[in-house]
Amino acid sequence: MAKQPEFEVPKLGKKLVTPKVNVGAMAHSKPYEARPGHNEAIGYPGELIDNWQEVGIKKLGQLVKGSRALQVYLDSCVKCGACTDKCHYFLGTGDPNNMPVARQDLLRSVYRRHYTLAGKYLPKLVGAREFDQEMLDDWYTYFHQCSQCRRCSVYCPYGIDTSEVSMAAREIMDTIGKGQKYTNEIIAKVHKLGNNLGLPEPALADTLAGLEEDILDDINVAVKLPLDVKGAEVLLVTPSADFFAEPHIDGLIGYAKVFHQAGISWTVSSHASEAANFGLFIGSHDNMQKTALRICEAALELGVKRIVFGECGHAWRVGYSFLNTLAGPFDFLDSRYPVPQHIIEVTHELIQQGRLQFDKTANDEKRVTFHDSCNVARASRMGAQVGGQFTLPRDVIKASCNHFFDMPANTTGEATFCCGGGGGLLTDDLVELRVKGALPRMQAFKEVNDKHQITHMAAICAICKSQFAKVLPYYGFEMDQIISVHQLVGDALVFSPEH
Amino acid sequence: MNSIEVGENSLATDEEGYLENHTEWEPAVATAMATIDNCELSENHWAVINFLRDYYEDYEIAPAIRILTKAVGKKLGKEYGNTKYLYELFPNGPAKQACKYAGLPKPTGCV
Repeated sequence: MAKQPEFEVPKLGKKLVTPKVNVGAMAHSKPYEARPGHNEAIGYPGELIDNWQEVGIKKLGQLVKGSRALQVYLDSCVKCGACTDKCHYFLGTGDPNNMPVARQDLLRSVYRRHYTLAGKYLPKLVGAREFDQEMLDDWYTYFHQCSQCRRCSVYCPYGIDTSEVSMAAREIMDTIGKGQKYTNEIIAKVHKLGNNLGLPEPALADTLAGLEEDILDDINVAVKLPLDVKGAEVLLVTPSADFFAEPHIDGLIGYAKVFHQAGISWTVSSHASEAANFGLFIGSHDNMQKTALRICEAALELGVKRIVFGECGHAWRVGYSFLNTLAGPFDFLDSRYPVPQHIIEVTHELIQQGRLQFDKTANDEKRVTFHDSCNVARASRMGAQVGGQFTLPRDVIKASCNHFFDMPANTTGEATFCCGGGGGLLTDDLVELRVKGALPRMQAFKEVNDKHQITHMAAICAICKSQFAKVLPYYGFEMDQIISVHQLVGDALVFSPEH
Repeated sequence: MNSIEVGENSLATDEEGYLENHTEWEPAVATAMATIDNCELSENHWAVINFLRDYYEDYEIAPAIRILTKAVGKKLGKEYGNTKYLYELFPNGPAKQACKYAGLPKPTGCV
């Protein structure tokens, strides 16, 4: 087996410094290609097809025709440069192709060549280029160095959304048979077994039963983690990492404790045992819809009244923004609640109603900061107020612990930095990219740490949690400094005797 | 095609060295994989590997980390039943490195 390539971990300093441009610094970074079986299982050709250029260009035309937004993004860039130092992958690597404008231009130049008058006749004058082998290689390399976090779009005066461009590029590559292994293998698993892990129902049942035992041993309260219970009020749809990984599982325990204490009946579904929807990452409407439909099917089958999403960033984007159009109407649910609702909204509302009591001293040894996950921050909302996706999680944290401190303002809220592993890049074959892309967040963590002696960073996204557990040690921190927000909730929750 | 040499046999693996076919596993596979990583397998490594294989036999998937730490705590003593110790044994992560040595497929998803 080949050893992981050695790479230099960026150094943390006093503040974040924009790196010198380093042409080709990440040209070697590309994820493993999907196998034919992975691609075919999700509706794409197994391998690169013979007439890929022709089919790819045609697909690009269809995508532009089908999305006015994409066309505006491709037509309106004036090369002002506002985005150039906003991408965490550029800041961590210095590779100019990781400047959002350059990344967009990989697709824009092909669009110009084939779909604009000037590009057809005077390609060199307008930066129009062919969709040739070199271009395809660049697409595969650099559209897998975009985590679709949308930070650049916040600073673009035209609001150009690079994530939409990168999704389009990935969809075109899938259409011609050049898929990525990590995303495509996982989507195929969801279609087959209902979750990203490939966790079959008996394993899920065993895991949940084991957690019930653990909680009983720990706090002597019979908190349940029900599976496939018909007639439950709430269907909890949560990332399958919550059943499997650390620190995710403590978040799941936290949700269970909240439901228990509030007296809300709930269930997990083995049919829709996954909140994540990787169809988004590859820009595939069909796969996104197929995954979302499982949630609707499970809700109908179990006869629930509400759908609640667990701590998963992009799932909340899909849930909040697209669930109704992908898998609706959800008119069979209780109309007094949003469809879907975020677990943070549930807990927040219960706190407001005085239905949850906390002993904050239970978390007194923790000094906590909060990482805004990109898809929650920039692609969704929570609660009824503008900016609720920023205030609600912080309110919930502050209700359950005494020591909370925010990271610098230019790294939180809508300016938040990606963890470095989002958008379908959370795979070991991209570890160098993930470590380097985490630089801006690690720098902000260091700064708040220097000032307030932070012990833990809390998050509400499964990808963020796994990514930080992996990259924190590269920067001299401990892997267990990342925790779930609902771990804080669960640890401080006071149980009343009647439950 | 990637492969690993185990005794006289050459077994197919994926790009990251996981066995393509878990039924081809034998103890010598774990030893061969560990040798590549400059790791010498102790009794405690084997306790983890054997538990993973038993669990996979029953459930067709690797166990959650929490289940693994609990099982290790039961088998080896409470002081060993934690994630930190598992990372001491398998620095690349118990779910990933230990699964590989046990011949199991790599866990996928947001993990």
